[in-house]
Amino acid sequence: MLQQFRAFVKKEILHIWRDKRTLFILFGMPIVQITLFGFALTNEVKNASIAILDPAKDEMSAKLTSRISASRYFEVERVIVSPSQIDEAFRTGKIKMAVILPPRFSEELLHTNTATVQFITDASDPNVATTLVNYASSIIHDYQQEITQSQLPYTIHTETRMLYNPQLKGAFNFVPGVMAMILLLVCTMMTSISIVKEKETGTMEVLLASPLPPLLIIIAKAIPYLILSFVNIASILLLSVFVLELPIAGSLALLLAESILFTITALTLGLLISTITASQQVAMLISLVGMFLPTLMFSGFMFPIENMPLPLQIISNIIPAKWYYIIVKAVMIKGLNFSFIWKETLILTGMTLLLMALAVRKFKVRLD
Amino acid sequence: MYHELNDMIVADKLTKTFGDFTAVDAISFEVKKGEIFGFLGANGAGKSTAMRMLCGLLQPSSGSARVAGHDITRQSEKIKQTIGYMSQKFSLYEDLTVKENMRLYGGIYGMNLTAIKAKTASIASALHLQEELDTLVGSLPLGWKQKLAFSVAMFHSPPLVFLDEPTGGVDPVTRREFWELIYAAAHEGTTVFVTTHYMDEAEYCDRVCIMVDGKIQALDKPGALRQMYNTNSIEGVFLQLARTAKRMAD
Repeated sequence: MLQQFRAFVKKEILHIWRDKRTLFILFGMPIVQITLFGFALTNEVKNASIAILDPAKDEMSAKLTSRISASRYFEVERVIVSPSQIDEAFRTGKIKMAVILPPRFSEELLHTNTATVQFITDASDPNVATTLVNYASSIIHDYQQEITQSQLPYTIHTETRMLYNPQLKGAFNFVPGVMAMILLLVCTMMTSISIVKEKETGTMEVLLASPLPPLLIIIAKAIPYLILSFVNIASILLLSVFVLELPIAGSLALLLAESILFTITALTLGLLISTITASQQVAMLISLVGMFLPTLMFSGFMFPIENMPLPLQIISNIIPAKWYYIIVKAVMIKGLNFSFIWKETLILTGMTLLLMALAVRKFKVRLD
Repeated sequence: MYHELNDMIVADKLTKTFGDFTAVDAISFEVKKGEIFGFLGANGAGKSTAMRMLCGLLQPSSGSARVAGHDITRQSEKIKQTIGYMSQKFSLYEDLTVKENMRLYGGIYGMNLTAIKAKTASIASALHLQEELDTLVGSLPLGWKQKLAFSVAMFHSPPLVFLDEPTGGVDPVTRREFWELIYAAAHEGTTVFVTTHYMDEAEYCDRVCIMVDGKIQALDKPGALRQMYNTNSIEGVFLQLARTAKRMAD
């Protein structure tokens, strides 16, 4: 039995190994995706359009605003005169940030030694929003240092309002999203294709006529992809820690365990697809349209689920990747432990068991 | 009660229906040990369905059969260990080498490495494939592939081998060579159950069974059949029988 199994796993590994082009894509894809997403999102922001509201128009406020507008990070789109204009400017998308100075900036600073500057940002792009606030804060900090040198210490407080997306959801969320996508692609698509290929070429018939138990065929087919997924998870995590400098906040062991669970979900999906299709093209199409697209749309990775209409929010619950995405985000980014994600884990496990029961039932032990 | 020591296969009113369609209609026959048993019929006559039931790939709708003493409904796992099977489609892995394919099938049938190596060497010399052991099967010519597929089906030296239209699409010279391999196997004591729609191949069999519309219309030695239907070839016999067919070929 063990020997049969070994011979079969070896064959599966050879299939993957011989197909160099696919192998290259499988290993290259996570690296390319993480790097692309990473640099598209973490690149520094230059020449961002901002608005400045300076009702005081005194000497100190003029110095501060000219410092901000002189920075290469900001381009003052307009100097506005009333707070009512801010809303409109954001809604039309003309500005990314508004800097609001208090009405009596110099007076406040000179008499009370403190003043408050407010930043309002468009946080629908959370990464850009935080970056802009950081740049602006450091400019103000510099200015504060400068005026403090000669006189009593002055403090300029900054107050930040993130518009549209106050919790800054979305920052680095692509890493868990890419993990879900890669696992689905490698496990679901590749497994379904590799099983359907055997049906297409007729080798499956010979395997079924052999003493190999069908369950063994399934498990042996899954193993190389399980290994491959592990390599992919490792490369994604390494890249995100060392290149994107996004540390894993929670437990690595928990993260890996949850990833194995989702890998099994994806493998089961692949098996299920292979039982209902007869050609490799159809298997690929179902994997892409039926699995990949819903994952992209409904896992919350590209489009926040909270903003979707209710029917779509309900639909999103049946997408396994959504739960995996929530889990990875919780463990990797928020650093939560198992007690916060047991519910999601339970849902994912339940889905996997259900899919597995369905797939094994459908997997044709006999050809009829 | 059907099982006799001399019979490798005993089928009794074996029937397979798919919905309203009766693919195999209550066929009964025996195949003796060491025999080359030919199963003839037009496309869609039910040959492959009958064979798949005997291999344990399909459950019969009714009737029963024993293969090497094992019941096909309840003991299909035992049957699978006893038989070799070559399917209609070419069934070796084209992206594996000749040697790797043999290793795989040897491994699947539970052979140890020494036995696999010895068998690989003997097949290589029989088929003059010594130089090609490390060649990918996909790059071999079709004739070689078919002979190789047969040798792989015979790799674990099964007492009974099922060949489903093994010579489809192969040139006459290779077909001839292929039958020499079948003879050699039968000479060693292997029982051969072969389906074909090449009538000339029927002459090579010890006994032939002609199926029309899922039923057995004739079963005897080729010579006896020719005599019975008063023609000089099995093709003549077949044409007389096939004229009664109502089923369209698929």
